[in-house]
Amino acid sequence: MAFYYEKYIRNGKLPHIWCPGCGIGIVMKSILRGIDKLNLDKNKVAFVSGIGCTSRMPGYLDFNTLHTTHGRALTFATGLKHARKDLTVIAVSGDGDALAIGGNHFIHACRRNIDITLIVVNNFIYGMTGGQHSPTTPSGSYGTTAPYGNIDPSFDVCRVADGAGATFVARTTSYHTAQTEQLVEKAVKHKGFSVVDVITGCPVYYGRKNKFKTPTEMLLWQKETALPLKAAEKMKPEQIQGKILTGIFVEKTLPEYTERYAAMVQQIKARA
Amino acid sequence: MSKKKRLMQGNEACSHGAIYAGCRFFAGYPITPSTEIAENMANLLPKYGGYFIEMEDEIAAMGAVIGASLGGGKTLTATSGPGFSLKQEHIGFACIAEIPCVIINVMRGGPSTGFPTGPSQSDIMQARWGTHGDHPTICLTPSTVSECFTETVRAFNLSEKYRTPVIVTYDEIVGHMREQFIVPEPGELEIINREKPSCGPEEYRPFGTWSNVPDVPVLAPFGEGYRFHVTGLNHRDDGFPTNDGKLIDREERRMMRKVNSQIDDIIKIESINIEDADIGVFAYGSTARSAKRAVKMARENGIRAGLLKPLTIWPFPEKEVFELAKRVKAIIVPEMSLGQIIFEVERTSKGKCDISGINSVDAEPISPSMIFDAIKKFK
Repeated sequence: MAFYYEKYIRNGKLPHIWCPGCGIGIVMKSILRGIDKLNLDKNKVAFVSGIGCTSRMPGYLDFNTLHTTHGRALTFATGLKHARKDLTVIAVSGDGDALAIGGNHFIHACRRNIDITLIVVNNFIYGMTGGQHSPTTPSGSYGTTAPYGNIDPSFDVCRVADGAGATFVARTTSYHTAQTEQLVEKAVKHKGFSVVDVITGCPVYYGRKNKFKTPTEMLLWQKETALPLKAAEKMKPEQIQGKILTGIFVEKTLPEYTERYAAMVQQIKARA
Repeated sequence: MSKKKRLMQGNEACSHGAIYAGCRFFAGYPITPSTEIAENMANLLPKYGGYFIEMEDEIAAMGAVIGASLGGGKTLTATSGPGFSLKQEHIGFACIAEIPCVIINVMRGGPSTGFPTGPSQSDIMQARWGTHGDHPTICLTPSTVSECFTETVRAFNLSEKYRTPVIVTYDEIVGHMREQFIVPEPGELEIINREKPSCGPEEYRPFGTWSNVPDVPVLAPFGEGYRFHVTGLNHRDDGFPTNDGKLIDREERRMMRKVNSQIDDIIKIESINIEDADIGVFAYGSTARSAKRAVKMARENGIRAGLLKPLTIWPFPEKEVFELAKRVKAIIVPEMSLGQIIFEVERTSKGKCDISGINSVDAEPISPSMIFDAIKKFK
């Protein structure tokens, strides 16, 4: 069935700035289909981002949109959500934005379990500045600041989120559009801090440096490398080496931050 | 708060001033010597139906304050020294996105960790130019506990009226000293609330729908049907980014003009005995207290001294300093730094009189006798 994206895209704001073959547009469409299932009032949705290619996404979308500073989307989102519980707050970040300069904000948003959804468009590279290695760049991969191969170990976004206390954590890839759509729907619906890690292709910078000849090759790599968590559970560690584990890693119910605050206020009033 | 005399610390008075002004959101991070403000807000806000949050760092606290302000409320953060340095990134964001919010900076010795418990006035240029790029600055400088209350209220008023971040800064002495003062009754001080757009969402332009104040656009809250875009990039009047140099130039100039064309409304300065003064003193914060005393000592000794005590330091009270410079032999500028605001006094006095600094960075207050001695030299 055809999906009417125009409902969520701002009039006259396309074409976007992303390079031909970039995966961010695919992810954006998946996000919109996921959100659409929730029948939200657009006036009550805030889309917040930091800096980078992914962070340009809110500008195209017909919600309350806030394009902030590098790495710090979650700080603005936290203030907004705390003061305005009635808003559904969704943040989008690239991997450098969310996990390097924004790493501290990322772990503390997870810890607080505030009802915000963070979608990490994870393409292993700083695209907007021209292909420098990021905290998720696999060891051995190349970037403009890793001309001899990246010697840094990489972050696993989902394990960091889980360790820091996020109550919904999932991974998919830009190739898996139906799964992205489903996970976004679940993540936004989830009461608490949700993280969806979407492995995405940056053909112009990551692809070119790492011998992916075309954007299609990157998508096919995602298709072939993805391994559903459930299947992985039955496999030996050496069989899952180098795979992208996909699916829901964490889904649990714990008190949400703004609700805890409201409960505290109730207690104070009762005592007074 | 009934009308009564209260004994309060400067930091405490700031917190009560914020509540009085209608502030219902505070985000902060612990740092000496401003922490009491966060502690007070943590205590007060839940009782007033407001929101307190301790963030993971100073930058995050400033981000949260801007995010919450976009939700429509009045918001506050407080910091000191290194924390003020960290906040600069988001103060710039609040400037360009024109988001009202108030930042209290209680000055301690620096640079870096410096002297956390010692007073200082060495952030005064950072308050003006701390964040990168051209931007307007409104910065207020109370010197008494009572002024900590009233100037915080005024900071919120100016922030909402001019849609810009406002900084209130004072040294550790003002922050930590206790004084008795009469707490203003509700309704006694003017409270300015944010103007909402009178047009519908179709016509609304976040940087082009004008308020009653020249060059100040109306800010619609998020979540109430306007669905606009906010960015730290240079933008058009509809909020979307632009690379058009002419538009960037137009918006940058408007942003500066909205503050700099309204200095008569923004600048507040106290003049003490300047009418017939031969020697002037220009001092703010705790230094102004010593200066006031020094001027009295001079008068008692037959020396006609006068004091200019700015409660608005940015925009700088150029006109008042120039008028004083034309009439006196010298202006003495005591400050707890190795010389910062003296350069503004020199610039704006345009060579009309001698300018002499008293500088101290030994974490001790500048005493009245130090200022009196300087006055005597110009007798």
